[in-house]
Amino acid sequence: MKNVWTVAANTFREAVRDRVLYNLVFFALLMMGAAILVGQISIGIEDSVIVSLGLTAISVIGLFIAVFIGVGLVSKEMDKRTLYALLAKPVERWEFLLGKFFGLVMTLTVNTAAMAVGLYLALWTVKHTLERSDAWVLVAVYLILLKLVLIVALALLFSCFTTPFLAILFTAGIYVAGVFAGALRTMQAVDISARPMTLLKGISYLLPNFENFNVMGAVAHGRGVPGALVGQATLYAVCYGAVVLAGAAAIFSRRNLK
Amino acid sequence: MATPAIEIEHLSKEYPYGFLNLKKKKSLEDLSMRVESGEVFGFLGPNGAGKSTTIKLLMRLIFPNGGTARILGKSIDDVSMHREIGYLPEQPYFYDYLTAAEVLDYFARFHGLTAADRKARVQKMLKKVGLDTAKRIQLRKYSKGMLQRVGLAQAILHEPQVVILDEPMSGLDPLGRREVRDIILELKKDGRTVLFSTHILSDAEMLCDQVGVLVGGKLRGVGTPGEMVGIKTQGMEILFEVAEGKKLPLLAKATRTGERYRVQFPEEEVYSALDQLKAADARILSVAQIKPTLEEFFMNLVEADRAQANAVEVSGK
Repeated sequence: MKNVWTVAANTFREAVRDRVLYNLVFFALLMMGAAILVGQISIGIEDSVIVSLGLTAISVIGLFIAVFIGVGLVSKEMDKRTLYALLAKPVERWEFLLGKFFGLVMTLTVNTAAMAVGLYLALWTVKHTLERSDAWVLVAVYLILLKLVLIVALALLFSCFTTPFLAILFTAGIYVAGVFAGALRTMQAVDISARPMTLLKGISYLLPNFENFNVMGAVAHGRGVPGALVGQATLYAVCYGAVVLAGAAAIFSRRNLK
Repeated sequence: MATPAIEIEHLSKEYPYGFLNLKKKKSLEDLSMRVESGEVFGFLGPNGAGKSTTIKLLMRLIFPNGGTARILGKSIDDVSMHREIGYLPEQPYFYDYLTAAEVLDYFARFHGLTAADRKARVQKMLKKVGLDTAKRIQLRKYSKGMLQRVGLAQAILHEPQVVILDEPMSGLDPLGRREVRDIILELKKDGRTVLFSTHILSDAEMLCDQVGVLVGGKLRGVGTPGEMVGIKTQGMEILFEVAEGKKLPLLAKATRTGERYRVQFPEEEVYSALDQLKAADARILSVAQIKPTLEEFFMNLVEADRAQANAVEVSGK
């Protein structure tokens, strides 16, 4: 695991030096603007608007980082051939892959945590106080982070066997499909015959169900999130992520470099 | 019998190409060879001959379609054997957001060195490859030659038993090439095995105990540079200066460069030629044997290969 940590730490350093965390400036400006504007246009629902806007921004910014940097984790190393010297060291390919994965997860964790602090600051600016129920925002942020971790794993998987462009398309496609996976499972279609419907439902169980991680609505309205749901979502992300990473490692271990 | 440093048996590699990758191009065909421990082995061949393919196969960057290879007696599938190997990729590129010292420290971590040991070795290597003064500059500002030096430093940082260098002289100025040659000779002196690919034949002649010539993915010969070109002398060459206006029959055969004349004879005629020159008060600058060079040998092989390829094309086989 020492090799995994070494690669992860370097991946994090790369993100910092390549100014990935500069997106925080954009987030800070967005939150400041929102805090000023919301105070003027909404009465009584300021905190709800700020929480919704903040969590959506955390999710969207994280999504962009997870997809675009996630796809580049391996493909950039192959294109620039920085990987050659590294794989000549006593490093297993799966160690490299896991290191890159955890490096980006570290980056996303720092980024998401900083944005969460920004969100709380905006909330405090609007309400001039923080209540106990505001702690649920942290749970929502945690679940967003879990979703991003899964997306990084998917981006890594696709970048192991296809071009960066296609890997971005596939990851984005799976994300969109995954958002509707829950709806597909409960769909009661009148016009579709039984066999395609079963197939569709089967596919929906293979897709990552990103609805598991969406508690934004509840949290924005000050409602709590059941502990069981958080535990279930964590277990789901760990198991699904492990399977995706195992697949990525299996493909990458036999991949011919250029 | 001692275990060879590198042992390759029937290694072959095909690359798919064309629509749906249905066609295959042979990049390496049935390569078998060995590099003995402590030897400097030069891999020669024109571009596309299969030198880099062989090296990448040894480093498991690509996978063979057939055959096996062992380094220091261990299968190349065994990642642990990489502890004893140093590798310089062709036209190396490293993380450009790191400085030279940081990139070397990063690679050293995979060899389980302590922080103090890493620091000392990184310093030593930077000095050795002449990057001591540029160690705090990010690699994105480095020239090609400087990157080549970083590549060499990371390859020998952990004092490996076997050093594999893919075109180590590429991108270097004459001074840099000289330094790399010195490093290779130093590695040899320390008892390490060096395999390097090159198409600069003078480097191979100067450094190698053995050379292997690859052309069109096939190994065309292995031996000492002398064996490869043949040791038979083709004649003698005399370099001399003679006063203007002197009548000498051999001047008709000589080539003039500035004040100097160069003339070639069969070996048995050299003494009579020297007598003539002495009689004419010529100043003899050198008398040297004419041997075929590795370059001539190499060019003959490449031309023969091209002729064969053309013949196959014409006959439609």
